[in-house]
Amino acid sequence: MSDEKKFAGYICTGCGIGERLDSSQLEMIATREGKMQSCKQHAMLCSSEGVQMIRDDIGSEGASHIMIAACSRRAKVEAFNFPEVAMTRANLREGVIWVRPDAPEHQETTQEMADDYIRMACAELRSLKLPHASGEQSLNKTILVVGGGITGMTAALESAAAGYPVHIVEKQGALGGQAADYAKAIPTRSPYKEPRDTGVAEMIAAIEANGLITVHLNSTVAKTAGAPGRFNVDIATESGAVSNETFGAIIQATGFKLYDPSNLPQYGYSSSPDIVTNAELEKLVKAADGGPIKRPSDGKEVKAVAFVQNVGQSSSEEGQLPYHSGIGDLIAIKQAMYFKDRNNDCDTTILFNNLRTPGAAGEDFYRAGQEKMITFSKGQVSEVVPGDSLEVKFQDLILDEETSMQADLVVLDVGMMPNSGPDPYAVPIVIDEKAEAASETPRAPTVTVDSILNLDYRQGSDLPHLKNGFTDSHFICFPYETRRTGIYAAGPLRRPMDMRQAQDDAAGAAMKAIQAAENAGKGMAAHPRAGDLSFPSFRMDGCTQCKRCTVECPFGAINEDEKGYPMFNESRCRRCGTCMGACPVRVISFENYSVESVNQQIKNVEVPEEFDEKPRILVLACENDAYPALDQAGMNGVEINPWARVIPVRCLGSVSLSWITDSLNSGYDGIVLMGCAKGDDYQCHFVRGSAMAHERMDKVGDTLSSLNLEPERVVVYEVAITDIERAPKLINDMAETVEKIGLSPFKF
Amino acid sequence: MSDLNSAMTERYHNSFLREVEANVEEGEWVKMCMQCGVCAGSCPLGNAWEHTPQKLFMMIRAGKREAVLSSDSMWMCTSCYNCIARCPRGLPITHIMHGLAHYAKRLGLAPKNQPTAQFSQIFWDNLMKKGRVNELKLGLSVYFKDGFGQGIKNALANKQLGQNMMKAKRMNAMEFFGGHSIKDTSGLQKMIKKAQEIEDAKIQGNS
Repeated sequence: MSDEKKFAGYICTGCGIGERLDSSQLEMIATREGKMQSCKQHAMLCSSEGVQMIRDDIGSEGASHIMIAACSRRAKVEAFNFPEVAMTRANLREGVIWVRPDAPEHQETTQEMADDYIRMACAELRSLKLPHASGEQSLNKTILVVGGGITGMTAALESAAAGYPVHIVEKQGALGGQAADYAKAIPTRSPYKEPRDTGVAEMIAAIEANGLITVHLNSTVAKTAGAPGRFNVDIATESGAVSNETFGAIIQATGFKLYDPSNLPQYGYSSSPDIVTNAELEKLVKAADGGPIKRPSDGKEVKAVAFVQNVGQSSSEEGQLPYHSGIGDLIAIKQAMYFKDRNNDCDTTILFNNLRTPGAAGEDFYRAGQEKMITFSKGQVSEVVPGDSLEVKFQDLILDEETSMQADLVVLDVGMMPNSGPDPYAVPIVIDEKAEAASETPRAPTVTVDSILNLDYRQGSDLPHLKNGFTDSHFICFPYETRRTGIYAAGPLRRPMDMRQAQDDAAGAAMKAIQAAENAGKGMAAHPRAGDLSFPSFRMDGCTQCKRCTVECPFGAINEDEKGYPMFNESRCRRCGTCMGACPVRVISFENYSVESVNQQIKNVEVPEEFDEKPRILVLACENDAYPALDQAGMNGVEINPWARVIPVRCLGSVSLSWITDSLNSGYDGIVLMGCAKGDDYQCHFVRGSAMAHERMDKVGDTLSSLNLEPERVVVYEVAITDIERAPKLINDMAETVEKIGLSPFKF
Repeated sequence: MSDLNSAMTERYHNSFLREVEANVEEGEWVKMCMQCGVCAGSCPLGNAWEHTPQKLFMMIRAGKREAVLSSDSMWMCTSCYNCIARCPRGLPITHIMHGLAHYAKRLGLAPKNQPTAQFSQIFWDNLMKKGRVNELKLGLSVYFKDGFGQGIKNALANKQLGQNMMKAKRMNAMEFFGGHSIKDTSGLQKMIKKAQEIEDAKIQGNS
């Protein structure tokens, strides 16, 4: 194929497009205004015949840029898959005929909509280049697993089973982590009646026998530089020796620490050795080695044990955990069975307020505990009084009375705190009112640790947190992804979980790490734009070294060189374009998505003169949620106002303020921006993109007032993929607003 | 009876739950209660009870032996079976209530002058005499259980009902004298005696 650009347009007249629209007019617009060198119509473009027609043109005619005017870009992606050319899609089906009523009086405005979408697609096409991988990429199949507990060992074994070499870096002198101290584990198989073996010894043996796995004990990660496919890691051993290895991807499985109950004097943890945490009990049981369990103070066999549940958890009080670890009650049932299985006469009481037994094992294991005569008492413990026999004072919540019981040993159910390293964004980079309000609520205690990964990144040394120290990820769609591409979090540093869940988590993270390493080798994006070859580049002579892009990149992809110019690490990049939206001088662009490519679409919409009374509303819709919601609206026949012109954007974070000002200047009457939910329960596929856009748009008011325009002409909404009725309504509301406040005076 | 009570107290000194499990009909289910309170909410007479089934089960686990066995709550059960139908854990709650009442009665801890307890005793005594219930005598025994004066008052209050039943040949005044019996009354009494011996031996064995 020659370097010469050849533009070809294709208009599908199937699915009712031909009946509803004047396709010869569309063809004329594509060739005359859109400057397509050829334009063909087909009655069913997605059929093998139609697709072959396009293929032939690419093959024999040398078409390098194609415009397909048919259904939404989200439909028929398998048929219209031409990776060798640049392509745009004009959405005539979901975007036009399906959202407009089929009646003669609407014919004119519907045709105008279609005309504009053809103009926009052609204009976008002219500003696109076919993306090529930069050549910076390298394939490195070795995976680094940080942490050698249950999660880390599982991740290592899973990666090795898939044929990928693994290095495990473990701080302690042995593998196994916390689970190595456990006597037994919560059952994972039917009938869920008895605690099971932890399996730690077998896993360690499997790792030692596996030639693909290298274990670094007594070691830490001293420095992590580079990007997916070329992580350069210094592994420091306790003795001071440092070895350097390169990795394709990293899995962080650094687990959790337990809440320290000595912060809560009422439980007397510091005042008696016979008041222990659930983890300490495991060690006692393991030390008993099948024999009677003896209490620490005098070695007397335990005849009565009380389990105090929910210690310092799900609390709104300062210095306690605001969340619940979820598995403490299953642990208590398991541990009570340790006593019952040794001595059925041992008095075991679990004092709970809300008994939570989640998971497949949950209810069956609870019943098994009851069958073993474990006593479950709904009671709120107020005090544990130390002594030869410990007195547990509690409010019986069923009998509604203050009472107490005696026990030889008291076990405190304390919660899990993630061992995730310091948060790079502990001090928020953008201060807004909501963040200040949030800081007034008591902060949860977190594990204070030194950096774990020691990332050599512009944006901090470790994985960003969401809250309470748990690592940030798109919880619903991409749970293992963190905000550092190619570095995956697994296990209890994502959320509190048990061993079984941690193992599932580890397997998932291992697969994502493998995918990241492979994609990095091809120069492709990881997620959610998996396979995208484009990457951001910048025009150095225009750059003012303002560092907005390096600060605002949600994924820490951009470093700075010594002069303050951005250094885009393309394989760390998720291709969201938040840097592009941040850049005040518009020098950042992608080959297939740029300030120019959207600006051209905006400019090529025909804005009728004022006395035509046909307003134009620009809709910038996030391609992840808002745009599919609008497509769905089309499928459901929900009407959208004919003045709207929708442009999908990669993320609301990529929206350049220049698009807003330029469109207002060229006579658009209203602008609707649709992004995903932001905040703690965000839905943004690029984590911070939507939030950044909202903050930037706060400043749009100044632009509007300088233009003497009403502030309600620009609105920003959070739209979910399920907002099938609401998304069109938001556009229609803007049409009503425009009708109320009048057309823009900027029409020429 | 109080001997049995102290023997039981001695044997199960601090685990009333075990005592209930071993001696109360369907008592082994008590430990499976998950304290959801659906039984308490479903009982049509719940308001009239001092202790709902949920509370009784919790009291058993908390070792409140005296309070449970002397409670009149289980005597109030009308066997409507709402609780059984609704218990998510499938506990036969109605049967447990009757089992608890029966066990309390055996130990001599059932509340004195509890009307349903008294009625049950009168019914039993009546039945054992002839092997079948003599309705006239049963009615009179119930009327006169609180003394002669109260008995006359009760009888007069229900005079019309009695006359109507006689007119309709539903009740025979002659039953007052002797009355019908089954073919082999003494045989029945022997059977019952034997059953009681077996039951006693079992509970003594447990004690």
